[in-house]
Amino acid sequence: MPADTPTSASDRLLHVRGLDVTFGRSANPVFAVKGASFDLGRERLGIVGESGSGKSTLGRAIMRLHPKSARVTADAMRFMGTDLMSLGEAAMSRLRGSEISLILQDPRYSLNPVQPVGMQIAEVAEVHLGLKGKASRAAAADMLAAVRIRDVERTMGLYPHEISGGMGQRVMIAMMLLNKPKLVIADEPTSALDVSVRSDVLTLLDNLVRENASGLILISHDIRMVARFCDRIIVMYAGRMVEEITSLASARHPYTLGLIAAMPSLDGPRPDRLPVLDRQLLAQMKESA
Amino acid sequence: MIKVRNIDVHFQAHHHDKHAVKSVSFSVARGECLGIVGESGCGKSTVLRSLAGLETHWTGTIGMAGRQVGQKRRRDDLPLVQMVFQDPYGSLHPRHRIGRALKEPLISMGRTADDDIVGVALEGVGLPRHFAGRFPHQLSGGQRQRVAIARALLLKPPIVLLDEPTSALDVSVQAEVLNLLSALRREMELTYVFVSHDLGVIGQMCDRLIVMRDGELIEEMTADELRGRRVKTEYARELLEKSFI
Repeated sequence: MPADTPTSASDRLLHVRGLDVTFGRSANPVFAVKGASFDLGRERLGIVGESGSGKSTLGRAIMRLHPKSARVTADAMRFMGTDLMSLGEAAMSRLRGSEISLILQDPRYSLNPVQPVGMQIAEVAEVHLGLKGKASRAAAADMLAAVRIRDVERTMGLYPHEISGGMGQRVMIAMMLLNKPKLVIADEPTSALDVSVRSDVLTLLDNLVRENASGLILISHDIRMVARFCDRIIVMYAGRMVEEITSLASARHPYTLGLIAAMPSLDGPRPDRLPVLDRQLLAQMKESA
Repeated sequence: MIKVRNIDVHFQAHHHDKHAVKSVSFSVARGECLGIVGESGCGKSTVLRSLAGLETHWTGTIGMAGRQVGQKRRRDDLPLVQMVFQDPYGSLHPRHRIGRALKEPLISMGRTADDDIVGVALEGVGLPRHFAGRFPHQLSGGQRQRVAIARALLLKPPIVLLDEPTSALDVSVQAEVLNLLSALRREMELTYVFVSHDLGVIGQMCDRLIVMRDGELIEEMTADELRGRRVKTEYARELLEKSFI
């Protein structure tokens, strides 16, 4: 979609150049992310890789939510012109939740277990929109309706353990999108959900992000799902961005091809063995790079 | 190899009765792999746990290897069937070395348990012998699942129950574990019951499958019918469409 591609600097939400995230002593650092560079406009960008590829660390580093033991350095990391690297913690904290939102894998761990979900969404309206009392509850109810929860009034009073995983993730999306953030980072938002609700939740997220004209970074190990929802996909392997593709058919890197081939498919004749990644080849490629 | 006739499972909590499995019947031939698919809460895992003897509140009949098994298993029923769970972290004792974890089933059945048997078992699932000295946290997720498979096969059971054995793994590692499971089934003529929510995995691994919804078995089909997307019920069609978004 040409309208979605970043054409001018004002459309560009995120500008990242040479981002490194390292763990361990500075004499012998372990690179979780090495030399990540990309731009994001008002579009949907997928980041794909195996566990340990650095995809989640990258998402966290953008929000500056990396663990204390990690060192983050970058030639440039700007969000709508603001330099995220030099921003103080207080200013960063204001940005989080209002301009940039993070949606995590499992709603059970992200929601407060001892508070009804309606109250938790209303709190977001109070903090970020400055609403009070009834107005914040009404905003919460509207948002729950927007994420297509049928019985809004009843759901508002339920505790996180009383709702299903799919509903919990809708509540999380409602909380995170209430303030119409410019950038949404979704880290495996549907991995904990049933396949049957997975597509509903993703379609919902996709629609809301489109309506708000926000940018979306969808982090997942499921390259087929990401290809279905994103305009561009960055493939990460061992902390490095190895390839950027716009469709599965345009993949060229052996790692990306290996990931696609390893997924069982119902199409074509059933293979005796599923193709597996040639890790030796990949290790050689990494060394020579 | 497995004959299940009209099994029902009720769960009671407070004054609430949950009919988790509603009169489900199916058979699995020797050497066959039967898939069970459905959403969470449809009763697929409860069926599997009833087969394993972990669930004791079922009514109906379950036959295995030509004989009836009861709700409470007799000692000689136990080596008939073993189970592999979704989460290899949860199924291995964190403070026991792999060697000890693998000897456990042999010791509990009063059989010889020596390092050589453990070494052969590890090699059988593509792991080096010296892994016997490691702790579970020193292994990757895929390696841990291989250990869980090795342990399930130590008693040489004719039947192996698999409950989402690869859903916690990366796709690339999943492919390796699925290939291992297929090879072991061929070599050892094992009978599998494979529970998964991933229709791609079921289509790769199984000969036949059953679809469950709200505790009921609503459709039975061959893997070829699944691969050709020739399903009969509206629900199965929906499941199929949503699986490949």
